Amino acid sequence: MLLPGPLKGMFRSRGGQPPNGPTQPAGPSRAQAALRGGAAAALLSSRPSRGLEEFFTYIRGRCGLRILDMGGATQKNVTFITDLGHKMYSEDFLQILNDTFGADGTTEQSNPGRIEYFLKQTLNYQEGEFDGVLVWDVLEYLSPALLTAVVERLQHVVRPKSYMLAFFHADDKLDAVPFYTFRIGGANALEVAQNGVRRPAQLFNNRSLEKLFGRFESVKFFLTRERLREVIIKA
Amino acid sequence: MSSMSPARYEPDNRGGPATSGGSASIGKAVKIVGQIFSNEDLYVDGEVEGTVEAMEHKLTIGPNGSVKATVKAREVAVLGSIGGNVEATDKIEIRKDAKLVGDIKTARIIIEDGAYFKGSIDIVKPEPVRAAPKPAQQAAAAPHGNQVSVAAGATENKR
Repeated sequence: MLLPGPLKGMFRSRGGQPPNGPTQPAGPSRAQAALRGGAAAALLSSRPSRGLEEFFTYIRGRCGLRILDMGGATQKNVTFITDLGHKMYSEDFLQILNDTFGADGTTEQSNPGRIEYFLKQTLNYQEGEFDGVLVWDVLEYLSPALLTAVVERLQHVVRPKSYMLAFFHADDKLDAVPFYTFRIGGANALEVAQNGVRRPAQLFNNRSLEKLFGRFESVKFFLTRERLREVIIKA
Repeated sequence: MSSMSPARYEPDNRGGPATSGGSASIGKAVKIVGQIFSNEDLYVDGEVEGTVEAMEHKLTIGPNGSVKATVKAREVAVLGSIGGNVEATDKIEIRKDAKLVGDIKTARIIIEDGAYFKGSIDIVKPEPVRAAPKPAQQAAAAPHGNQVSVAAGATENKR
């Protein structure tokens, strides 16, 4: 089944095979290669993004902010953010997730020792270090225990009243979702490149997202035509 | 692989001035622990721990290169891996499959798809070069030091 826009290539797994390959992601090495860009990322679309527009509304007109991009470094994102006069921090969150838990290692993600180790590898920053975080879609791949720990850490490293932008698939019955590289095409435009398909650890509806970010000041949703929720979280 | 004790390694630059296009190379079977100061372009395909400085020149970390060091250079190109802070007055290129973990301070940066980077990026625009003052202005603004040296010369002539 072909879907439009960034959801092209998405499928519902029913225990069989998806149109173009196995339901499960291949072994870690392949997934890691994909995450590192070893596999060619297909540029699927450029689309407007209300969430990104909202995010930049808050940081535009100011200078010298510290912005964390959790999607790994891309030329466009670095150029766009540094051209605004901000300092950019980059974390390849999914790569570190894979390195720590394996490409599809949601079972180990509840191990407290592993969670502690993981948080030493990523998001290991001082309290209130960032004025904004581009979380993108990485939180979908975390099991509940790890997700809770990561959200707590995010709350710790962002400055009060600052903003985070996160994406979640709006369909909460999917067994596998594509994972993307998001490139900033402008203050309200995203270029989306699919890197492969990955099993989400959990999917969210509006209520569960409000609960997840319940300790933050506010949560604002934008639903895209591609059935992605773009979420602006105010710390 | 050979291993050297902590030492200061300065590539020989007797072949000519730095502007002659000379370059030094550290092969992939070489490991250096210590400080490297280079007055010419430097290519590192081996292992380096410590500090690397090539302030007026280009530093290239080859595909086999592994640098765990603080790096300062005019220009840095990474094809291998760097673990450490990098300062480049002109630009940094992180090529596909390269890995850089550390904080970057530079005027320009190029990151290819497939590169791995973890750290911060601080873009520092170079200060514009001020035009040299005209000779008349120079004379008018000449510091006392010059006047003193002229007076000393006149005294010598009298002798």
